[in-house]
Amino acid sequence: MSEIRFIDVAMTFPTRHGEVRALEKISLTVPDGQFACIVGPSGCGKSTLLNVAAGLVTPTEGEVLADGKPADSPGSDRGMVFQSYSLYPWLSVQRNIEFGLEIKGTPKPERRRQSSELIRLMKLEGFADAYPKALSGGMKQRVAIARALANDPEVLLMDEPFGALDALTRQIMQEMLTEIWQRYRKTVLFVTHDIDEAIFLGDVIYVMTNRPGRIRTTLQVDLPRPRTFDMVGGLRFAELRNQVVDVIHEESLKAVESELTRA
Amino acid sequence: MSERVPVTQAALARPPRGQRRRRGLLRTYLTPKQAIPRRVVFGLGIGSFVVILAVWSLASAVIQSDLFAPSPTKVARVWVDMILHRNFLSDVGWSAFRIIGGFVIAAVMAVPLGLLMGSFEVVRSFFQPPINFVRYMPASAFIPLLILLIGLDENEKLMVIWIGVFFQLVLMVMDIAHRVPDEMLNVAYTLGASRWKVFYKVFLPATFPEVVDALRITMGWAWTYLIVAEIVSAERGIGAFILVSERYLRSDAIIAAIITIGVLGLITDSVIAMVHRRAFPYVEKVHA
Repeated sequence: MSEIRFIDVAMTFPTRHGEVRALEKISLTVPDGQFACIVGPSGCGKSTLLNVAAGLVTPTEGEVLADGKPADSPGSDRGMVFQSYSLYPWLSVQRNIEFGLEIKGTPKPERRRQSSELIRLMKLEGFADAYPKALSGGMKQRVAIARALANDPEVLLMDEPFGALDALTRQIMQEMLTEIWQRYRKTVLFVTHDIDEAIFLGDVIYVMTNRPGRIRTTLQVDLPRPRTFDMVGGLRFAELRNQVVDVIHEESLKAVESELTRA
Repeated sequence: MSERVPVTQAALARPPRGQRRRRGLLRTYLTPKQAIPRRVVFGLGIGSFVVILAVWSLASAVIQSDLFAPSPTKVARVWVDMILHRNFLSDVGWSAFRIIGGFVIAAVMAVPLGLLMGSFEVVRSFFQPPINFVRYMPASAFIPLLILLIGLDENEKLMVIWIGVFFQLVLMVMDIAHRVPDEMLNVAYTLGASRWKVFYKVFLPATFPEVVDALRITMGWAWTYLIVAEIVSAERGIGAFILVSERYLRSDAIIAAIITIGVLGLITDSVIAMVHRRAFPYVEKVHA
């Protein structure tokens, strides 16, 4: 049982021009084993929401409960994957993956066993001893995901993990991620601005509004699992995409307008 | 763009047979940021020294004055003589001792303080204003004051080097520490690391390569301050040697001494660069 629950989470940032409301009373629950996606225009506070869940940022109001316990500080039960990979350049691929286990004090043979399995699973064979500088973007992100998984977290928080990758690599990474998820069944909260990505990966999609961020629509993705890439061209996929696009487009327009009135 | 099309077509029409396609000298050597063959890089590097020596020899042949333009061969002969008969190596030893002493003291103090200033705003807010202020005061301006307060002994030289290096190095290290990406630390927190573990397992190793780079740069500045200090007041050392040579109108010996400093600098720099490559093989780019 590892659900993550946001209760009236609101966030206000002080700036030179007064306070900015980034998040407005967000309540949602990601039940155990669900893959939830958050989509929204840039600057809507979706990354902030994720940082709150990770315990890296304290919300102005409300709280997040991970498994019923307040998630007010970071913990190894909530693993995070960032867009910028954030691998440790001085550690080999294998030692990057083992980082969390090393901190926990897992004995070396056990660490090696787990990291070797993840290296095989993430198709990183032959790169165990390589430094991150030798890897492509897609491989770096696979190491980052493996590093988060090695720690066996209850919840995986992913902040636009494939945002910096090219379109082809991104597709492959999405397929890999669904396979991995199918295998481990972690609770996932995945932030993206790529609508197709959200539909392809998610059980449920939360569409966020422009600032202050609010949950505008919740969409159940009823595509069967396991997901395969031919579904992207299918009729049901197109219908879902249209629904999300309509809402997002409206919100993006609002965002541009509010920027114009501010200027 | 329109010019390029025929070139490509011509190349396709007549494939090169066993022979490399010629790209034209201008295109090979004068395209901005384009790499040139390694042989040429090496040759040009040697060539620049050859040109300098040639111009120097020519000038001394024309001017015909040992005071105003001693020839390269004269300087080379004097240099050998300095080492064999004028105990120049002991002057080099004195200077090297002062450099290493002053630099090590400055680095041992500046690196930890800079790291603390870069990571804790409390420390930065307290130390940065005065350090920023002192940084703009030339170390050489302190020499008369230090002679008054400390005297003419070794401590005065070490202190000049310390002033010249410490304040610059603190701020450089502070910047390095400040640039460590937040996400690198945040990932460690979400993997269950405590603040102390994040500090020594992520923050410190993330700063090491650049700190060594900063040491390498400030080492060069230390030489400048040392020579000034030695010229003002010293019995021994390369600076003192230069001052004595001036009294005897020996410009050849002065030039030989200056070249010696250059060579020593080059050697120190190469050693630190090599240590850097060995110790941090994972760094993406090593600065040339």
